[in-house]
Amino acid sequence: MGIRFILMVNKQGQTRLAQYYEYLTLEERRALEGEIVRKCLARTEQQCSFVEHRNYKIVYRRYASLFFLVGVDNDENELAILEFIHLLVETMDRHFGNVCELDIMFHLEKAHFMLEEMVMNGCIVETSKSNILTPIQLMEKA
Amino acid sequence: MALSGMRGLSVFISDVRNCQNKDQERLRVDKELGNIRTRFKNEKGLSPYEKKKYVWKMLYIFMLGYDVDFGHMEAVSLISAPKYPEKQVGYIVTSCLLNENHDFLRLAINTVRNDIIGRNETFQCLALTMVGNIGGRDFAESLAPDVQKLLISSSCRPLVRKKAALCLLRLFRKNPDVVNVDGWVDRMAQLLDERDLGVLTSSMSLLVALVSNNHEAYWSCLPKCVKTLERLARNQDIPQEYTYYGIPSPWLQVKTMRALQYFPTIEDPNTRRSLFEVLQRILMGTDVVKNVNKNNASHAVLFEALALVMHLDAEKEMMSQCVALLGKFIAVREPNIRYLGLENMTRMLLVTDVQDIIKRHQAQIITSLKDPDISIRRRALDLLYGMCDITNAKDIVEELLQYLSTAEFAMREELSLKAAILAEKFAPDLSWYVDVILQLIDKAGDFVSDDIWFRVVQFVTNNEDLQPYAAAKAREYLDKPAIHETMVKVSAYLLGEFGHLLARRPGCSPKELFSIIHEKLPTVLSSTIPILLSTYAKILMHTQPPDPELQNQIWGIFNKYESCIDAEIQQRAVEYHALSRKGASLMDILAEMPKFPERQSALIKKAEDTEVDTAEQSAIKLRAQQQMSSALVVTDQRPANGTPSGIQLSLVKVPSMSINEDQNMAEQGLSHENGILSKVDPQTPSADLLGDLLGPLAIEGPPGTDVQSQQNIVSGLENVPNTVEAAAIVPVEEQTNSVQIGIKAEWRAHQGRVVLFLGNKNTSPLVSVHAIILPPSHLKIELSLVPDTIPPRAQVQCPLEVVNLRPSRDVAVLDFSYKFGNNMVNAKLRLPAVLNKFLHPISVSGDEFFPQWRSLSGPPLKLQEVVRGVRPMPLLDMANLFNSFRLMVSPGLDPNPNNLVASTTYYSESTRPMLCLIRIETDPADRTQLRMTVASGDPTLTFELKEFIKEQLVSIPTALRSPMAATPAPPIPQPTSPAAALTDPGAMLAGLL
Repeated sequence: MGIRFILMVNKQGQTRLAQYYEYLTLEERRALEGEIVRKCLARTEQQCSFVEHRNYKIVYRRYASLFFLVGVDNDENELAILEFIHLLVETMDRHFGNVCELDIMFHLEKAHFMLEEMVMNGCIVETSKSNILTPIQLMEKA
Repeated sequence: MALSGMRGLSVFISDVRNCQNKDQERLRVDKELGNIRTRFKNEKGLSPYEKKKYVWKMLYIFMLGYDVDFGHMEAVSLISAPKYPEKQVGYIVTSCLLNENHDFLRLAINTVRNDIIGRNETFQCLALTMVGNIGGRDFAESLAPDVQKLLISSSCRPLVRKKAALCLLRLFRKNPDVVNVDGWVDRMAQLLDERDLGVLTSSMSLLVALVSNNHEAYWSCLPKCVKTLERLARNQDIPQEYTYYGIPSPWLQVKTMRALQYFPTIEDPNTRRSLFEVLQRILMGTDVVKNVNKNNASHAVLFEALALVMHLDAEKEMMSQCVALLGKFIAVREPNIRYLGLENMTRMLLVTDVQDIIKRHQAQIITSLKDPDISIRRRALDLLYGMCDITNAKDIVEELLQYLSTAEFAMREELSLKAAILAEKFAPDLSWYVDVILQLIDKAGDFVSDDIWFRVVQFVTNNEDLQPYAAAKAREYLDKPAIHETMVKVSAYLLGEFGHLLARRPGCSPKELFSIIHEKLPTVLSSTIPILLSTYAKILMHTQPPDPELQNQIWGIFNKYESCIDAEIQQRAVEYHALSRKGASLMDILAEMPKFPERQSALIKKAEDTEVDTAEQSAIKLRAQQQMSSALVVTDQRPANGTPSGIQLSLVKVPSMSINEDQNMAEQGLSHENGILSKVDPQTPSADLLGDLLGPLAIEGPPGTDVQSQQNIVSGLENVPNTVEAAAIVPVEEQTNSVQIGIKAEWRAHQGRVVLFLGNKNTSPLVSVHAIILPPSHLKIELSLVPDTIPPRAQVQCPLEVVNLRPSRDVAVLDFSYKFGNNMVNAKLRLPAVLNKFLHPISVSGDEFFPQWRSLSGPPLKLQEVVRGVRPMPLLDMANLFNSFRLMVSPGLDPNPNNLVASTTYYSESTRPMLCLIRIETDPADRTQLRMTVASGDPTLTFELKEFIKEQLVSIPTALRSPMAATPAPPIPQPTSPAAALTDPGAMLAGLL
């Protein structure tokens, strides 16, 4: 499985994007997001980017006001996920030009399209930025 | 504003964003939901654009954490839209909002299939992605062959094939029985020759799934993986788009090395050599660079290479190189690398021969235990735990104890459990072990589970040299001003048993011991008071010559508690009071507890159990478990600690010296109230009778009585469902107490071994003895031969083999008859082979419980009933009652504190072990009624279990519905404590029909 969920949360703890690769009920999601936000957002720059939570791990990275939190299985390669987050951000940068929280908020659908090209069923599908962005560009032209 | 031109959506999002508080947000969201609902109602007027807009709004609302329980149909219907933008939204929103069990999804199967087999690439991609994310069984059944075809089709472009690979992965993982992967070895090998890195990346994930399922079949893929890795590591033919900060797709490198870890070894020398060359390059050639991203990416590859090297059992030289690298990592400033260094060093411990090299880093690791980051501290704790052995146990445990005082709550329980286990496993001497545990209790009493102090008691009881020391230590702790409840328990117990060994020391006279223990009594919980009462009785017994003043004081206390509302306290007070008036015979009865049978530590088992991860089967994990168990065997053989013997008895249980009495008291009550006057001992219960009953137990009790202290243990910690229990001898018979029947039973999964002890108490033989078992149809019971005659004052043992075939609450009956004098005597006894004996408590987490609970939807697999006339009891008692029936209560799983959720596994010969889930909803206003829901994979089991639980809750005498009950059976009297009801074999036996 690998990736269980990808969350983008701002520093007030508001969810800006949530993509789950295993089914959770609404209550479970709410509880999970709350717990994770409490655990991760309070951490400092000097602490590592990995937090153990329940029976999995959260690999997270902060970009300005936005936290990218990825839940992975315990034996997942943490650094690979950490850089995958960065790849996602770079991809968004390429599309939006210096992506910010508002871009993701108001273009939720595009953020979803990109994510959908990058991750499927919790596995990484594509890591080439141009391949990831092709479908979106096609659509904009259309 | 929005590029995609959905103005309404943007307006809504900014409205929500501008809300000052949660209430305003809810109002705005509710308004919008109302709006969408009305618009969807007259769907005809909706343009595709509007539909798309509303569906996105729904997704946005859903993401904010609001329930969106309508409009799913509209989202699904967009999938069939002819135009790409609508179709895309349909697919994406559907896979976010719905799950594989959703009915609407089935409606879309045809459209999805048409998209998959159609010519439009973009449609294919959308459909494959959705099926890959949420496709269930129906999809697997109708689409798997199409997806397989796409994946290997040469006319298909990589962008479709990479999605097909992951789509197939999901269908295969979810339904391996539906997806036919026979002959896929060659296809898989072919896929690994792929040049396109996107296809290769997803194919590698697919390979991992296939290999983890059956590595033997995929041998031929191994050299291909090595080739791929070589290609990446040497940067041959890698498009610029796939290099990340100059590193050829680190993700594919990692995935490839992960796939290689699923093959147990690499036999082909050439392949092995090439792989090691690559690995060596990675190990040596990864430098720390300034750019964070580049550094992370190269270290991601490096850590995966380390894991692969460990897996492959490389030569010692390479291993030392790995440890050296990790040693460097755990000392760096960068927290991520430090964390991963510790984590991988813990994995490294599984490799033989490197422990000594790892030990050199002990000081550094201990420093990490004080790191400001809890993630790092946890890793350090795990590593210290893993690397601990007899040479460094003292240092490590001392560090753990020291850290305990400052550790955050989240870690204390784990910390104290680990310290306790290490102290037990590697104690250089036992007094140190006692020191450690007492310190643990002192520093973190709340986090020291009962098992831990039970274990100390066990060691002290079994090691005479240790007794004075332990007693003295316990005495010291009692001087501290405020001590933890557990400390009161353990010191009271130790001083009761061994306090007399301290007699000559200052402050340790019986009187002084008594008063310092008694000081604590007002502060303790009612569950501790019985232990204190036992201690008083023991102190009294050890006071020789008797001290009238002390005696009066203690009698006064017994007297006071004789009317206590807590049955356990009351019973002990009554019994000890009566016993202690008996003078010398007190000595025999209250003598020191016998040594415990040697057994595996429940703690160690507990720790092992928690390490069994249910996640994904991985070669590394599997290996870890295997190695873990062999490591245990080694320690088992160490004679010093006298640790486990081969037989795994159940939990460590503190000897309760009143157990014999409990049993007999219950017996008396039963025989008295059963009302079978013609057969029952006419004596009224009295202190004398107690003496009589105890007498034979001590003198001629069957071997079974030796294990009485393990009676009725319900353990959530056992690996194998296995319990040993024994009932005290039951005086079945009439005027002269001529026969005693005892029983000892051991249950394991669906089987049971019951030994009947038939004892003749007379001076003349019992003749014409017949014993027949009348088993109900669901049990297979074989009784060995019962001799026709039982000689005077002798006892015979008759083993019985019980096999459970299917769920039923019927009870097996022993028909026992013999001739006494000229009278034929006949008795029918119910055997304790009841439904719950074939249960094994299992703890489930919310993650496991809820999906299971939902998947068993409604009758006959899930049954619900409102039960009235329930014996009112506090929820805690009910939880205990459930636990005692081996229905493991999971506290906190149900958010409503008035509810209770329990789980167990049912074993029978005909089926695999079945998970049963139970939910009880109580009404705090009316404790005599509750709603019960029981679910399992078998309708009969669900029904029988439901009825069984109901019987326990409302106390309908089970005899009434026994097949043998031709004549009305006497009701079973209300047992003194609820838990005693049916698990008490004595009570079962006494239920004469």
